[in-house]
Amino acid sequence: MTSRSAAQPGSASTRSHWHHILLRFIVRAPEASIAVVGIILLVAFEVLSPNFLTNANLSTVSQFFSPWAIIASGEIMLLICGEVDLSVGQVFAFAPFVMHFTAAAGLPLFAGVVVALLVSGLLGLAIGFITVFFGVASFITTLGAMLLINGLTLTLSGGFPIDTPNTPLAAILGGWNYSEVFWAAFIALALHLVLRNTRWGLHTIAVGGNPTGAAEAGIHTARIKMGNFVLCSVLGGFAGILNAFHVTSIDPNAGGANVMFLAIASAVIGGTSLLGGSGTILGGFIGAAVLGILQDGFTLLGINAFTFDIITGAAILITMITNVQFAKLRLRNRI
Amino acid sequence: MNTNPLTLEAHNISKNFGNIQAIRDISLTLARGEMLGILGDNGAGKSTLMKILTGYHQQTSGELLVNGTKVMLSSVDHARSFGIECVYQDLAMINTLSVYHNMFLNREILRRGPLPLLDHRAMRKKAEAALEDIGVNIPSVDVEVGALSGGQRQAVAIARAVASQAKILLLDEPLAAMGAREAALIIALIERLKARGDVSMIMIAHNYAQTLDVADRVMMIQRGTCTFEGRSAETSAAELFDIVRREYQANRVQG
Ligand SMILES: Nc1ncnc2c1ncn2[C@@H]1O[C@H](COP(=O)(O)OP(=O)(O)O)[C@@H](O)[C@H]1O
Ligand SMILES: [Mg+2]
Repeated sequence: MTSRSAAQPGSASTRSHWHHILLRFIVRAPEASIAVVGIILLVAFEVLSPNFLTNANLSTVSQFFSPWAIIASGEIMLLICGEVDLSVGQVFAFAPFVMHFTAAAGLPLFAGVVVALLVSGLLGLAIGFITVFFGVASFITTLGAMLLINGLTLTLSGGFPIDTPNTPLAAILGGWNYSEVFWAAFIALALHLVLRNTRWGLHTIAVGGNPTGAAEAGIHTARIKMGNFVLCSVLGGFAGILNAFHVTSIDPNAGGANVMFLAIASAVIGGTSLLGGSGTILGGFIGAAVLGILQDGFTLLGINAFTFDIITGAAILITMITNVQFAKLRLRNRI
Repeated sequence: MNTNPLTLEAHNISKNFGNIQAIRDISLTLARGEMLGILGDNGAGKSTLMKILTGYHQQTSGELLVNGTKVMLSSVDHARSFGIECVYQDLAMINTLSVYHNMFLNREILRRGPLPLLDHRAMRKKAEAALEDIGVNIPSVDVEVGALSGGQRQAVAIARAVASQAKILLLDEPLAAMGAREAALIIALIERLKARGDVSMIMIAHNYAQTLDVADRVMMIQRGTCTFEGRSAETSAAELFDIVRREYQANRVQG
């Protein structure tokens, strides 16, 4: 580059320089592209609908996407280490019943919550154990677990919803309008830190990126995978409890495949690879918010649910394609 | 001839994977600062032997001695505690992690403080120093390993093993995944390490002439057993070819 062209603001080379830096940022920081999409959607819906950026609607949106945002955080850890949990939506429905029956047996509600999370964790441990030690693909293990856990929930509940107990804890556990989104953001930030700044996070990436290589480096790959199954399941149970207090009802049909699909979709559009070895928790959180904003914005604009599904599906496909392209660019070290 | 004390001895090592006997009755010795070259066809059992020496697999029978003491290497970490480091054929590199993360994989440096957080800055600095120490050039330690060439990746893997205070360095086909120019750089790197005299090495390779050139002794493994062992100075590539041809013909007659 000559000094003359560098000195001219707005010249072709300066512009392409900025263009390059912006592109580099978007390719390097996988959260950036989905954040841009989110901001564009916020602006668009605010322009199109006067009710969008109101306190009432923001609290609706946040309650809307928090369940799958929380699950996405756990699911991303699993996806990064090369696994997936399809049954987490069933744990979502199951855990609040465990909480209820523990409390009904005379224990304090807090103990009920702890027991419910422990049981969720045990389910994750069992799924992880079967996956790792019997060499069953987690897609299959958790497909089986989906039915099994759903059956447990229906048996335990008799198929009927019950009211959540009246307790001062309720406000923290999803009763207060913004408590769910607070938990979702807190969990995302904490796990983001775990992923980027702890051995557990680094080993999770290593196990998904190259399982044999990670084992040869002395990493206990089974432990990492099972731990992340436990984590994902506990988060599924926790999200279910929060949701129950939010709607003040424990419903055997809550969550299910729908919340699981939305969590995985959030992970993917947020920049997590389904192939394992890379991903971002913050991206997943933003992805979850984008899906919530889309769904809410469309509702406000009177666009129906079918259209929403078409758009979500297309968004997932487009982001998959761009993620793959970005990964190629990064590997070729072009950007 | 190397008269240093022996750092590693293997006596009659065999390894079965179910019904498959991958190696049978292999013995070897390695003196301090010495380099042993291992040659042999694909599937001969070379990697299996290496993985027993690194504690990744455990032998079905036979015994290992490290510095004269009998040991059963129960895990990779256990072998590491004796200074045994391996650069595996697949390099055990994580393509989606940066060079410096890979160099500290499973021996990460943690920050001081109540929380066990990674000290990225310290690892970055030490990785840069370790690479410079043995003369490896890469664009930056922040680059993802997947973006490096085969030779660069191999060099990083060797630097990682050396930086972790390897006393016994095992190299599984370090010259396999690269062209002639990069192979020459890796050979130069191996020779620099050898010149330091404090690391003993075992290298698996395919090229007879190259191996005879860098190794003090060579060993041939065929169908899981050792069929030749000798000092490089007294062995020619033609001799090795002859052994392979004879073995091949003998098996054809039998089969
Ligand atoms: N983990 C394993 N399980 C079963 N068989 C194995 C395993 N590792 C190696 N083998 C078998 O042992 C034999 C030797 O393999 P290997 O040591 O990788 O050979 P080389 O490195 O000389 O090419 C091959 O027949 C291979 O299929
Ligand atoms: Mg091999």
